[in-house]
Amino acid sequence: MKICITAEGNNLEANVDQRFGRCAYFILYDTETDTFEAISNTNASGMGGVGIQNATMMTEKGAEVIITGNLGPNASRVLQQAGIKAVTGVSGKVKDAIENFKKGLL
Amino acid sequence: MTITVASGKGGTGKTLVATSLALSLRKDVQFLDCDVEEPNGYIFLKPDIKKSETVYLPKPKVDISKCTFCGLCSKLCRYNAISVIKPKNKVLFFYELCHSCGTCSFVCPENAIYEEQIEKGVIEEGAVKGMFHFIQGKLKPSEANPVPLIKAVKKKIKKGKINIVDASPGTSCPVVQAVNNSDFCILVTEPTPFGLNDLTLAVEMTKKMNVPAGVIINRANIGNSKVKEYCIKEKIPILLTIPFRKEIAVAYSKGIPLVEIYPEYVQIFRDTYSGIKDMIK
Repeated sequence: MKICITAEGNNLEANVDQRFGRCAYFILYDTETDTFEAISNTNASGMGGVGIQNATMMTEKGAEVIITGNLGPNASRVLQQAGIKAVTGVSGKVKDAIENFKKGLL
Repeated sequence: MTITVASGKGGTGKTLVATSLALSLRKDVQFLDCDVEEPNGYIFLKPDIKKSETVYLPKPKVDISKCTFCGLCSKLCRYNAISVIKPKNKVLFFYELCHSCGTCSFVCPENAIYEEQIEKGVIEEGAVKGMFHFIQGKLKPSEANPVPLIKAVKKKIKKGKINIVDASPGTSCPVVQAVNNSDFCILVTEPTPFGLNDLTLAVEMTKKMNVPAGVIINRANIGNSKVKEYCIKEKIPILLTIPFRKEIAVAYSKGIPLVEIYPEYVQIFRDTYSGIKDMIK
């Protein structure tokens, strides 16, 4: 399963970025192979509607779960329509968020 | 000629100035309330509204049976107002972000996107005591973007008239739209740190837009002298200072214009207008 965590840096030691639309990176983590891809958020400095763009990109990347701090209403609508689960209110290190997710704690 | 009254900071006296300027000049005036989110010029001018027209704007819709979910519309929308969810065969529009530019329907290779007319607001017109023409835009509640309606109100500007445009506060898109193509911009401010801060932004805006501007300092006997010093330093003409008087505030709260309780302001505003005319020659 592919899960996506918003991150302040491009590795698992980084903190979970509290923003979805304007986070620094997306960590796209494959829970079956325990490998990940760090995607730089090119929309971070966009004018508006960046949450929509990011959520749409996640539908293309095949993420099934989004783990982040806060999620805006527009991005939520896209994720909901795409059937992607959103987990909000998560902070701390990305690797801990992944572990907690695997243990079913999120 | 078009004179727009803007301010930067809210509550400094835009409407006080705009309505009294119109009432002082009377002849050949048209008053256009472009503060379409909360037009209030009518409270003071008490126009006899005779005409009301609805303003519509196109909004995209999709014929999902024709859509191939290629995503071109979403990629080209510069307002990020479209999400194409290919795995689920869904297209979502975010109308509060849409600027009705028409790009999506234009580029769709399958002609799957069509436009529907959606109500944006109304434009009302009438006469003020048989003296001059009054026009106001009223944005439909829940509409997020007032700019298209302001554009529509400004289409009513008549070349041979003295068009007095009342703008909204701030320096964002609605104000830019109201100030755009004006011959002159009156910036109403107050001698407080907030007034100065927002005036500075408004002055920068008019400079960028190449619209000549002058300042009216309202409640001039309160606060400090920083606004005055700023205007002198930046070589921005101070057109008029209006002192704070409780009577003005009391009358304003009852919808009585400044020139009605202090008729001497009629000549003062006429002189201010003459000064503006000389400046833009």
